[in-house]
Amino acid sequence: MEYKMRLTEEERRIMEGAEGEVKAKIMKTLVMFGDIFGAERLVDVTHAQGHLVTSFGIGLLKPLYRTMDEIIGAGLSAEGKFTVDPRPLDYKNVKCNPLLRLVFDKFMYSKQSDYEEQLKKAGLRDSDAFSCTCYLNEVGNIPKEGDILSWAESSAVVYANSVLGARCNRNSGMLDLFGSVIGKVPYFGLLTDEGRKAKWKVYVKTTSKPEAQILGSAIGMRVMEDVPYVYGLDRWLGEDLDDETKAYLKDFGAASASNGAVGLYHIDKLTPEAKKQGESLILPDAETYVIDDAELERVYRSYPVMWKEGAKAKLAFIGCPHLTYSQLVGWACDITAALEAAGRKKVAVRTILTASPYVVRKFRDENADMYAKLYASGARISSICPLMYTNNPLTRSTAIATNSNKLRTYSVSRYYKDEEILKVISGEA
Amino acid sequence: MKTFKGRVIAGGDWEGEAVVSRGGVNTLATFQKSAMANKKEVIASDQNNPDIYGRNITGKALCLPITIGSTTGGLVIQTVCQMKINPKCFLFSEHIDPLAASGIVLAKIWEDSDVIAVDELGAEFLSEVKTGDRIRVTSDGTVCIL
Repeated sequence: MEYKMRLTEEERRIMEGAEGEVKAKIMKTLVMFGDIFGAERLVDVTHAQGHLVTSFGIGLLKPLYRTMDEIIGAGLSAEGKFTVDPRPLDYKNVKCNPLLRLVFDKFMYSKQSDYEEQLKKAGLRDSDAFSCTCYLNEVGNIPKEGDILSWAESSAVVYANSVLGARCNRNSGMLDLFGSVIGKVPYFGLLTDEGRKAKWKVYVKTTSKPEAQILGSAIGMRVMEDVPYVYGLDRWLGEDLDDETKAYLKDFGAASASNGAVGLYHIDKLTPEAKKQGESLILPDAETYVIDDAELERVYRSYPVMWKEGAKAKLAFIGCPHLTYSQLVGWACDITAALEAAGRKKVAVRTILTASPYVVRKFRDENADMYAKLYASGARISSICPLMYTNNPLTRSTAIATNSNKLRTYSVSRYYKDEEILKVISGEA
Repeated sequence: MKTFKGRVIAGGDWEGEAVVSRGGVNTLATFQKSAMANKKEVIASDQNNPDIYGRNITGKALCLPITIGSTTGGLVIQTVCQMKINPKCFLFSEHIDPLAASGIVLAKIWEDSDVIAVDELGAEFLSEVKTGDRIRVTSDGTVCIL
């Protein structure tokens, strides 16, 4: 294979097959990928724990299972272990009718248990390490500022880059594992100082705190894969990365990454690099995007409603990406209070809150009364991936409400602002 | 006839029909419905992309600026190439994005796919080409709108 990248003797030997054919193919993939982006070399992954995007055993993903078998068969694995995105199913908390269960078990996710076995052999950290929010304290896959990562999952990558100041490109599934197995990634894009410069100056001029999911969506749709430097959010978020602000930025980033392709954003006076380097992060010819109340409303109104005409919500998903502990507590309080105010004992639509297994366990252990009250209302907490749950022909006909712009984008779910979805759940909408 | 010259990511000679997306193509949202249903052709299923929504893109030249969306994108491209229901060509007006690049590389190295990809064709290419146009691609990265 012809290549332009400057490789070390060891890297060249691996690519030529000195450590086996499979490792050679993995190295070739990383090198060919890096060459496309003008990467001059490979660099060491300094935060060894990986994060994989592919958590679901969809039968048709034959290339995935075959490649995993090849890796395992060659005795390779991720030495630093990895976390992975959420599981697609949770029959205990997200009940399915027999037909849907048959579709999931026999057709959609027929390879789930086999794939989880493959994940274990390839370096899965533990059986609860299934969450898109691997970077939360409870989950504990937390890179340091400046660390080089081999992660995928768009919402985790944008969070790690922006909020933690780590360095990771928007890797695809498979490439995430390859980098973790080899322990190296191509040096380009968001790994470089130059690649982290902003091509957009975004001015937030709203008269109230903008909904994170809509603001992120607006920015993502405008800047696509570029890096935005956002002014004016400190007015609403302050200048400290506390729990509430991190949760806001998690949702904001996920929307920007899924409605566009944002892998890194800088928030003036708030995110680590913006705090240290300020406007020197902005390229001289940066474009400008002003977001006021009217612009946010325009974006919000532009979301297509894919439900059948006259349909009413049958299911509500909150937590894509997975909720933080504080968010989970907040939603549990809000839902039970809204039901009480509406004079209802039960939620008006089936409601699922999603969070990592670690966060769910903490919530259950530290809020037993609230947990019981929430469950008595009919709402459920799960560690499922709502996106994977909604990806099938049967649930596609269900009117699903969500406050996640990511879930809206990849399914026929309808987006509601936080206060609106609370009304849907409490029967006030 | 208009001619454009791009950079070869995965070369090949081919002639066929164009399907054009003026905005970024969300790979997962576009391919998932057909791929998951094990269809023999991909009908683009991203409701947020009216340019290609509902169109058959298998065996066509998908003309686009970049791909966007979830980081499963590369694996999705690899899978549709393995299933041989992929667009025959990906013609990017801009520099190819990392997710699409992953997919093309995985398809070439792990699936021995004959998928063609050319990038950096320029904004003028995307403004000139229309869905239904006849396209000729040559292995040096030249793309002609016939």
